[in-house]
Amino acid sequence: MFSDAFLNDAREFLPILAQGCWTTVKLTALALVMSTALGFVLALMRLSPYALVRWPATTFITVIRGIPIIVQLFYIYFVFPDIGISLTAFQAGFIGLGIAYSAYQAENFRAGIEAIDRGQIEAAQSLGMRYLLLLRRVIMPQAIRITLPPYGNTMIMMLKDSSIASTITVAELMRQGQLIASSTFKNMTVFTLVALLYLTMSLPLTVLVHWLEKRFGRR
Amino acid sequence: MISVTHLSKAFGTHRVLDDVSLEIAKSEVVCIIGASGSGKSTLLRCMNGLESYDSGELTIEGRSIRKDDRDIHRLRTEVGMVFQRFNLFPHRTAIQNVIEGPIYVKKVPKAQALEEGRALLNKVGLGDKLDAYPAKLSGGQQQRVAIARSLAMKPKVILFDEPTSALDPELVGDVLRVMQQLAEEGMTMVVVTHEMGFAREVADRVLFLDQGRILEQGTPEDVLKNPKNERTRDFLRRVIHAI
Repeated sequence: MFSDAFLNDAREFLPILAQGCWTTVKLTALALVMSTALGFVLALMRLSPYALVRWPATTFITVIRGIPIIVQLFYIYFVFPDIGISLTAFQAGFIGLGIAYSAYQAENFRAGIEAIDRGQIEAAQSLGMRYLLLLRRVIMPQAIRITLPPYGNTMIMMLKDSSIASTITVAELMRQGQLIASSTFKNMTVFTLVALLYLTMSLPLTVLVHWLEKRFGRR
Repeated sequence: MISVTHLSKAFGTHRVLDDVSLEIAKSEVVCIIGASGSGKSTLLRCMNGLESYDSGELTIEGRSIRKDDRDIHRLRTEVGMVFQRFNLFPHRTAIQNVIEGPIYVKKVPKAQALEEGRALLNKVGLGDKLDAYPAKLSGGQQQRVAIARSLAMKPKVILFDEPTSALDPELVGDVLRVMQQLAEEGMTMVVVTHEMGFAREVADRVLFLDQGRILEQGTPEDVLKNPKNERTRDFLRRVIHAI
């Protein structure tokens, strides 16, 4: 399938692309942690009985979901320095992706929590459980099961969307590919490799999600 | 022990509870009957702060019970609740359901909670189902686990909200027998129910609620056999002839 020329070029380009892969992994992992934590807090705020707590979360989610990720990244990287917040491209990249995805995560978590039978909460309350204990012992274990399949999809989407960070010069996989391609003009070789590498990185995630679903989905 | 004075609650213009006053003594078994929408579940749920009320007072052993009270979590540990739809935690086994409250709320050492939990499940006839998940149990078995779960907290009173209404008829007996045993052991119980047989056999007192008011109360004999109020007679006719 692949010619000798392709394989020779691949041997030459792969070490550089591998560095890009590593940056992509770090970028995705940090954005995932950030979006999960922020999304969780936003989801709880959205479910609050108090309008004053709900309202900021709802507004935040609406605004973030309505702006393209690439615009958010540009804003953080190029506009924030004007208001005194200077970030490296990598920092801007994972913070931007983390914030952008927190809105999707929040809606996913909220749906998972809302799907839990109201009676579960009442049963826990009548045992005398306080909010945080109830959250940890009753809501979370059940919400995680409901939330996992969409969470897996989000992880994979995030891995792919981390390529958007190439536009603000983060030296992740896509960016490294573009740099090699523009200096060697071997577009076919480079972008085939880039595509294969993204695919390779997403496959373990697919397997992981499948395993988690089985692990938490039983009974 | 439980004291309800002039309790009222309204949703808009609909009065769910209308000036309800009631005293329940220690070890007393009180059955609340009435049509759906009569306010009987609401009254029961006020007693452990799952439901709020607009005016009046509700105390258990002199301490005020209010949904938005700062101390409500602690007070709830003394008031057990058994629900119509069991509400067992589906991700935990029978024994895990029973020890959840003692371990995480009352900080009882795990070994002790386990020992007591096993004894309770034995008592409700489920000693062989300790490690079964709720999904593997029948409705009657689930409800008995739920009773054991509430007993594990060593409550001063247990509230039952139509505990047999979601059960297949042949499973009702097992649950009622456990409840009868509790009554005989002196547990204070408030039971919202449609089981007239249980009310007749076990209750010390029967209350008939209608449109948020206690229309009639007295011994099972008085209320169920010789009801004075026309609405009570009407209700009992419908319940008994429904079968």
